Amino acid sequence: MTSTTNPQRTRYLAALSLFVFILLWHGIASWLATPVLPEPIKVAEVMWSEIYHGDLLHHLGMTLFRLTLSFIIAMILGSALGILLGRTPTIDHFFDNWLIIFLNIPALVTIILCYVWFGLSEVAAILAVVVNKLPNVIVTLREGAKSLDKDLLEMAQSYRLSRKKILTQVIWPQLHPYFMAAARSGIALIWKIVLVVELLGRSDGMGFQLHLFFQLFDVASILAYTLAFITVIQVIEISVLKPLDHYGRRWQR
Amino acid sequence: MTEISLAIEQKKFPKSSQPQSENIIADLNLNIHSGEFVCLIGPSGCGKTTLLNLVAGLDENYQGTITFGAPHNDCRIGYVFQNPRLLPWRTVRENIELVLPLYTPDHTVDELLASMKLTAVQDNYPQRLSLGMSRRVALVRAFAINPDILLMDEPFVSLDAPTARKIRKQLITLWDQQQHTVLFVTHDLREAITLADRLIFLSNSPMTIVRDVKVTVPRAQRFNENQIEQFKNQLLSQYPDINHLL
Repeated sequence: MTSTTNPQRTRYLAALSLFVFILLWHGIASWLATPVLPEPIKVAEVMWSEIYHGDLLHHLGMTLFRLTLSFIIAMILGSALGILLGRTPTIDHFFDNWLIIFLNIPALVTIILCYVWFGLSEVAAILAVVVNKLPNVIVTLREGAKSLDKDLLEMAQSYRLSRKKILTQVIWPQLHPYFMAAARSGIALIWKIVLVVELLGRSDGMGFQLHLFFQLFDVASILAYTLAFITVIQVIEISVLKPLDHYGRRWQR
Repeated sequence: MTEISLAIEQKKFPKSSQPQSENIIADLNLNIHSGEFVCLIGPSGCGKTTLLNLVAGLDENYQGTITFGAPHNDCRIGYVFQNPRLLPWRTVRENIELVLPLYTPDHTVDELLASMKLTAVQDNYPQRLSLGMSRRVALVRAFAINPDILLMDEPFVSLDAPTARKIRKQLITLWDQQQHTVLFVTHDLREAITLADRLIFLSNSPMTIVRDVKVTVPRAQRFNENQIEQFKNQLLSQYPDINHLL
């Protein structure tokens, strides 16, 4: 990083790079002049009309609902299991192979198996996403729980702090960076999986719509949906994850 | 205020894979009276910290008994570790309040912070403090619970001399008011003479008691350098065997 990173300059650079990206897109699209690569303005028009006259908000909402629910389940369950494995070596050694197996099962396989075993239902869809994300959260939180500061734990023990205090005041703040890492990579991973889940076995949501547009060769709509979704994810990142991360680091120099 | 009796037959290294691993502590018997200030002096690495951890209940893997005047669970232990061990995500005040029982009145902490001249930094996070300040916060934390037993593991090591002297005075003032039983580990004989009622000299591993000496310098004279030096020289000539422990 150079020494000239004042916030105004950074913001200016970010805006410039976005502008160049759109300009480049527009240039290539108008040069090729093909329906499979519409210009940015065309995509914006489609997005606008889909929001106001189409079903974009409904499908986006369904996808966000699945994303949120599976994210919350995966984070809570994964954190609990990760801490358990990180703190008890016997259980960790026992389940280590299981984790490696689950980490390496392709997402598509879990999705197909969930649908085959549990039917084309909402529960199967959510379950498939959770199973895909869970091992990731467990591994990250396990590393965090393994590297807990022994000095601080001894301090807590010698002062006879309650279990609740030890968990919330001594252990959790040390796990916070690991939790945030799992959360951030989690959202990025989960939303991609949710789309595949919807494509394969749901009748609404982004994935279902994209499949429909693919069959119609409607690239403008595909890009419009993508754009809408990226925007929503960015808003979540900036309004929820970044402040949470910042709050967790407030004590650092 | 609680007496402590230690009778440790042996303490081996934890998790040592060798069956005949060496003892760290062997046949150590020590009775400490209620309200007594005892300094443990010995070469570094001889097992003094291990001994404090046994007393604190952090390590239960030893043969022998440690008994307190009060039942173990009723006995409040304040432990000042070699490094301050403050939670970096809690402010100075929050660090102290963490170890206090619920509904402790604010003025307890206020007075202790003031006595250690920490009032101005009470809302700072520990990473913004100097080492000397952090050590003082750790002291306040130990005093704040009004402990029956105070364990201190070289709490002033790596502080500059004037700061260390100042904190030693504050420590004695607070101890005068509260009269806890203190176990203080050091390898600085002058520091030990300044603070203690009684000096316990410990040998290298396996650690055991070599000498048990009362400090006869009156409390009022403890911050007089000449008196301390005089007592130290007298001690070394009287017990030449402690020379190699320092």
